[in-house]
Amino acid sequence: MSRKLLVGYLVAAAILAVSPFMMDAYELDVLNSVGLYALLALSLNLILGDAGLFNMGHAAFYAVGAYTAAILNTRFEIPILWALPICGLAAALFAALVARPVIHLRGDYLLIVTIGMGEIVRIALVNDVFGLTGGANGIFGIARPEIFGHRVKTPVDFFVLIWGAVAVTVFLFHRLEQSRFGRALNYLREDPVAAEGSGVNTARYKLVAFALGAGWAGMAGAIYAGKMRTISPESFNFWESVVLFLIVILGGAGSIPGVLLGSFLVVALPEMFRGFATARMLVFGLVMMVMMVVRREGLLPIRTVRFRTKDVKRAEAAPKDVKGAEVAR
Amino acid sequence: MEQFLQQLTNGLAVGGIYALIALGYTMVYGVMKLINFAHGDLFTYGGYLGMTILGSLLLGDRLGAVGGVLVLAFLVMAAVAAMGVALERAAYRPLRDAPRLSAVVSALGASIFLQNALMLVYGARVQVYPESILPDAAIRFGGVYIPLIRIIVVATSVVMMLALYLFVQKTKIGTAIRAAAIDQGAARLMGIDVNRVITIVFVIGPALGGAAGLLVGLNYGQVNFTMGWIYGMKAFTAAILGGIGNIPGAMVGGLLLGVIEALAAAYLSVSWKDAFAFCVLILILIVRPTGLLGERVAEKV
Amino acid sequence: MSTILEVRNATKHFGGLTAVSDVSFDVPEGSIVGLIGPNGAGKTTTFNLITGNYKADLGTIRFQGKELVGMRTHKIVQLGIARTFQNIRLFQQLTAVENVLAGRHCRTKGGLLGAMLRTPGARREEEAAVERAISELAFVNLGDRSLELAKNLAYGQQRRLEIARALATDPKLVILDEPAGGMNEQETDDLVELIWKIQERGVTVLLIEHDMSLVMRVCEQIVVLEYGERIAAGSPSEVQNDPKVIEAYLGTEEV
Repeated sequence: MSRKLLVGYLVAAAILAVSPFMMDAYELDVLNSVGLYALLALSLNLILGDAGLFNMGHAAFYAVGAYTAAILNTRFEIPILWALPICGLAAALFAALVARPVIHLRGDYLLIVTIGMGEIVRIALVNDVFGLTGGANGIFGIARPEIFGHRVKTPVDFFVLIWGAVAVTVFLFHRLEQSRFGRALNYLREDPVAAEGSGVNTARYKLVAFALGAGWAGMAGAIYAGKMRTISPESFNFWESVVLFLIVILGGAGSIPGVLLGSFLVVALPEMFRGFATARMLVFGLVMMVMMVVRREGLLPIRTVRFRTKDVKRAEAAPKDVKGAEVAR
Repeated sequence: MEQFLQQLTNGLAVGGIYALIALGYTMVYGVMKLINFAHGDLFTYGGYLGMTILGSLLLGDRLGAVGGVLVLAFLVMAAVAAMGVALERAAYRPLRDAPRLSAVVSALGASIFLQNALMLVYGARVQVYPESILPDAAIRFGGVYIPLIRIIVVATSVVMMLALYLFVQKTKIGTAIRAAAIDQGAARLMGIDVNRVITIVFVIGPALGGAAGLLVGLNYGQVNFTMGWIYGMKAFTAAILGGIGNIPGAMVGGLLLGVIEALAAAYLSVSWKDAFAFCVLILILIVRPTGLLGERVAEKV
Repeated sequence: MSTILEVRNATKHFGGLTAVSDVSFDVPEGSIVGLIGPNGAGKTTTFNLITGNYKADLGTIRFQGKELVGMRTHKIVQLGIARTFQNIRLFQQLTAVENVLAGRHCRTKGGLLGAMLRTPGARREEEAAVERAISELAFVNLGDRSLELAKNLAYGQQRRLEIARALATDPKLVILDEPAGGMNEQETDDLVELIWKIQERGVTVLLIEHDMSLVMRVCEQIVVLEYGERIAAGSPSEVQNDPKVIEAYLGTEEV
């Protein structure tokens, strides 16, 4: 990635690192909220920003992860952090299953279908499907996560856990961007017909994008369950999906730094300006409309090239073989 | 059998509402290929405005039942139509040439804005309609109970749909709308003022939606600021069911969905009623995306 | 010379319109074959049938003995058929290198895990892919524009970029849809050179073109379509003198 971006990240990391010492418990909790939303928004960014698939039911994947963790923990006494990969897998499988029949649909239709699926999941949770989900009251009594025997319970503990997860996610997702996989998602977004015509299995990549994004959201859901200790269907309603969608669009779809900025703005700003918290959604709506006219690409649309520039430099410097010989003019 | 007929009449009444709202979605989609997410909120505004006007102007006392309702309906429809035009100007016109996603986001933003503005003004609690200006009558036959208001709802819906259908099929403007829906560019070349067509569509659609909101308020006696969301989704499902962009389709889809929903709630499960509509939506999009009456459009490579 | 592509009785209807009707022709391996005909004759539709963008209603299309009808497009690319599009379908917001790298996709394997962990195998594959992309760019004379965004390239350069992307898939047959569209004489000459260079690599070329001078210079065999049917086939001179072809393009002689 570019030097500027790296410096930006280091500065942000430095500021974050000193935050626990400068903030009180309440402020730290807000920061933790920002972190959780960042994880979710980054996972949605894979689907919406990189692959260009309109998904407004992302809260459903988050819910699958959180409920899986809650059920495994309260009924089978599996510790949250051990359950993490299972939650991710459950959410990913769920996504693959529900996306499969609808993945070929055109943009706005897919959007509507994802909204519908999100609602169906929420209604299923409220109706205590399979007798596992506890209905409208949800599941309570979830144990705190434990790392090597240390109970994660204070805001500082969660700060380390959540922002640690964010750091790992940012690192891995940047790597993903600069790879064959990341490029495939981009081709898919830019022009699916051209992508398919160039040999990319568009149907498969759409599904994988959904599954990967869902899996990551599922893991974030597990952390959420361990933090809140009680989860209920209302935390995973349509508006949560809208907020995540907004974060990605506002920050810059496809831009990891943009999404991080978006998370901060959308979650922390309303807390900082308490007065406007009640009109929060009103402002969001207005921002969405205005942004599309004024700055459609988002606030921080940083596009990294999807290959390693040094690979290109090395290739251009190498002596050309017969195939690459220039046409004599 | 009585249970079935009862549910059938209930379903037709709700279906009429869905159809009126669905017409707004389908007309806008037909001409602009855009899903107007804010349409459901215009429907809600119809319900609230009706309540406010009823409460403040005492139309019933001044004009009697029939006159009062007609004036009420006219005022509500005019107000919501004006909102519709303003919405188009503010949220969609600037994005005519922008990529699809931008218009979608703007539509969503408009929906969120409208819904929350309503909440700030009227509060989050359910609002009750003032004493209805219509008599509290009902008819009963064969064990089926049909309140007067429900008959009015079905009758009004059918009358409005017929009027719209005739308008679109027989008048010059109606033909212009149909032309623009098929190919905006060609319509423009034929001398059709597409901007005017779009404005008209945003007058008719929201007006019908507003009327639907008023009918819901009169029928159930209450409104709440989130009703646009659920009615909107179901109306959209109805539009898709009938074939998006297809006006008779919206009518058929609305009535059909209302009946299916009522029967499913009665014979299968009430708590899953809302999920049921979503299931219909997803199924239709998978199995027959063009809807019952719609047409296929292929992409040229 | 063996036949690399065999089209037999290919037919495609769109509702009431028959775009391609009972079309048959062979493409010999290593040759350059042209598909010509008036506008609306069904040439691009025929290409789309070969590449899997449309599914033939009747007939068979065999590539090196394998049946293509019903196969997904990306699988057909993997088998060895690459194409360019009549209306240029590049990834406009991406750089030239990234566009060509799309062609390498089906010849590389790197997946999720390799990407995240940056395993030595994945890295090597990436380096090789980029190297190949750069050399293909040089092959079509765009070597100095590798980091340029596709949308910033001139029209003729964009057409060459699309060819580079197609060549990056290691095709055995490359299908060019109006590659000279919008080119001036100099650019067309360069295109002729390029097509010959492609043939030198051992790749078979099938192309649609309206520019008759290019077609006559470059093609060894020509197939002529009109109203969805094949009306003539043969060498350039045979086709040029075929009365049916003359009639199709110029109309019948006045008596």
